[in-house]
Amino acid sequence: MTVRVLLFASYADALGASEVALEMPAGALVRDVLARVQTLAAGKRIPDRPLVAVNQRYAREDQPVTASDEVAIIPPVAGG
Amino acid sequence: MRTAMVDRPLDPCALLDEVAQHRNGATVLFVGTVREMNDGEAVSGLDYSSYAGMAESELATIAREAADRWATNDIVVEHRTGSLELGEASVVIAVAHPHRGEAYEASRYIIEELKKRLPVWKREHYADGRSEWVTNAEMGNGKSEMGAPRP
Repeated sequence: MTVRVLLFASYADALGASEVALEMPAGALVRDVLARVQTLAAGKRIPDRPLVAVNQRYAREDQPVTASDEVAIIPPVAGG
Repeated sequence: MRTAMVDRPLDPCALLDEVAQHRNGATVLFVGTVREMNDGEAVSGLDYSSYAGMAESELATIAREAADRWATNDIVVEHRTGSLELGEASVVIAVAHPHRGEAYEASRYIIEELKKRLPVWKREHYADGRSEWVTNAEMGNGKSEMGAPRP
């Protein structure tokens, strides 16, 4: 399945893209998506355990991901 | 209760009016503004970007938590996006309650939680022409644990 991963701010700059499409096996978990991101060119510039949101809610790393999910890697926030 | 991400200048007085009710005896207005010095750097301005959709829902969730915990619906929060100059308001929180203690506590809860949880990023521009992504101290330099920030 293809999983869409959104990137923001410093992480989008690091990878030179605001979105990447990753080919993942069915049943993949958030942690598997993060491991795949680490294998991308410049992927090491993203921490190996960042905050992640699935469908716009903060998610744990053992949460399953499906092709229809919107996965986002959340850089350290700076609101306020 | 109302919350919004806003791409135009904020008007704190309008939020005060919005929470005004005769049942309340105390209103706390918090205004966060762009400061000229950060971490020893002379700041000339900044840009806020957000995860559109999630920022709106997370801000509403935080305000709802405060509304439930301190039992008042008279809460309005607006957070700015886009380019801001020195002194401009980046966030405005208005909380009204029958009593001042609860109003202060609810206001403090909202600002502290949104600094940890709101998916908003800040790029600071400096007087010498450089610019950098900056992080809230609450986030521990990006080395935070996996998963949702703990309430």
